[in-house]
Amino acid sequence: MGAVTVAERTLPTGWGIIHRMVNSVEVEGLEVIRGRRHVLSDLSLTVTAGTVTGLLGPSGSGKSTLIRAIVGVQKIAAGSVRVLGLPAGAAALRHDVGYLTQEPSVYRDLTVRENLRYFAALLGVGAARVDQVIADVSLGDHAGQRVDRLSGGQQSRVSLATAMLGEPRVLVLDEPTVGLDPLLREELWTLFHRLGAAGVTLLISSHVMEEATRCQRLLLLRDGRLLADDTPEALLRSTGQADMDAAFLALVRAAGSVA
Amino acid sequence: MSVRRSAATAWRVLAQLRRDPRTLAMILVVPPVLMLLLRYAFDSSALLFQHVAPILIAIFPFVLMFVITSVAMLRERTTGTLERLLSMPIAKLDLLVGYGLAFAAVAIVQVALVVAFVLGPLGVTIAGSVFVLALFAVLDALLGMALGLCLSALARTEFQAVQLLPAVVFPQLLVCGLFAPRAQMAGVLQGLADVFPLTYAVDGVTRAAASTGWTGSLRLDLAVVALCIPVALGLGALTLQRRTG
Ligand SMILES: Nc1ncnc2c1ncn2[C@@H]1O[C@H](COP(=O)(O)OP(=O)(O)OP(=O)(O)O)[C@@H](O)[C@H]1O
Ligand SMILES: [Mg+2]
Repeated sequence: MGAVTVAERTLPTGWGIIHRMVNSVEVEGLEVIRGRRHVLSDLSLTVTAGTVTGLLGPSGSGKSTLIRAIVGVQKIAAGSVRVLGLPAGAAALRHDVGYLTQEPSVYRDLTVRENLRYFAALLGVGAARVDQVIADVSLGDHAGQRVDRLSGGQQSRVSLATAMLGEPRVLVLDEPTVGLDPLLREELWTLFHRLGAAGVTLLISSHVMEEATRCQRLLLLRDGRLLADDTPEALLRSTGQADMDAAFLALVRAAGSVA
Repeated sequence: MSVRRSAATAWRVLAQLRRDPRTLAMILVVPPVLMLLLRYAFDSSALLFQHVAPILIAIFPFVLMFVITSVAMLRERTTGTLERLLSMPIAKLDLLVGYGLAFAAVAIVQVALVVAFVLGPLGVTIAGSVFVLALFAVLDALLGMALGLCLSALARTEFQAVQLLPAVVFPQLLVCGLFAPRAQMAGVLQGLADVFPLTYAVDGVTRAAASTGWTGSLRLDLAVVALCIPVALGLGALTLQRRTG
């Protein structure tokens, strides 16, 4: 249902067609105030369909807030956020957007499978898909275990499995690999790229700069403003640095000296 | 509205309760135990116990369900599962109806146990119909649940959720006629009692216990209690904001 509606609604004339169809997420002049802080200020960016885009930035820079705005659970003060051509949070998008919160958001007193079966019932997907996502996040051996008896990294993978359950066209993941060992991180990134190749748009936040090199495109956030929006290679080249940590520092310093 | 999503939610809530034997025991065992306690507290005045037992059959399920559901809903908020649900294809009402169905099932068992215990081993006899008494008691439990779901939005922490009990339930208890006949209260309090749903719940069980037959006042009590449940659930739906700060 989602695919048809979106295609229909995004078929205005001329250049608009192409523009809308390549961007899964379009943020324009976004302004978010949380408490009394301006957390995001005049933020504009796009996320290309079918790519793996990294959202990087220091702690408190507004990554989770931007993600919440894209999912449509964040109150915004100004600006617009559109996902697949529709306003973020629109009812028609709830099948198409998968969301991983930063903290695992699953029922701790239920088993892995009970959690996924419940969310599967809400999404209208079958038991085979449940087993599939459990395998995707390598939790096959723990499917019958209560979530609160799992390790922290295992708990966040249950949450990740839930986000992927409905085979959404856009996956917004808030720090999916935090606290995982290199082997699991590798497996998950392989999975993310497989999904990207299949046409899924992935926006993945992290503050591990090393993971940035695995993304096709990077959004660098600092104090609620977009510091850079480029490919990892181009960022390394333009800053003349050898690794992403150094490139990020260089960008921050450059921004500071201009201001 | 989706039956599938409500039913799935009800099933999930019941699965969570099954995993929490202490809470389940509290729901099912505490009312009969309190009744037993009270029976001996009124040891020398069996008549008084006869009078208050039906009222308490209405109040215990109300209070317990209120506490349990307000904490359960608060947990959905604080653990992020509510945010996840609201970003998924489920209507707010599906979620609340799911809770309602699950707790209705529990309330029926709870009420059956306490009614059987009071009328059986504790030897209380009522003039009216046991079925009507039990019906009121189940509706009271659901009323407590609906108010708990709705008012849990006022609490940010579990400490605060527990504080809702004295803030919301105690005033209703004090003026409902359990402690002093309403006719002898100050006019203001009588007015308050008239707008508190628990008053009608208590009146309902008292009337149901006192005589058979559907009198007009009994019907009014039933209508008020039964109406307050969807109203509170509807208000509860309003407190579930998809977008938060
Ligand atoms: N619930 C909230 N209420 C008020 N302010 C908040 C809230 N959550 C976050 N903030 C503020 O918003 C700013 C951005 O927070 P956000 O969680 O988006 O950062 P982040 O980049 O995701 O950080 P991290 O990498 O630590 O997860 C912070 O300054 C924080 O203080
Ligand atoms: Mg964050």
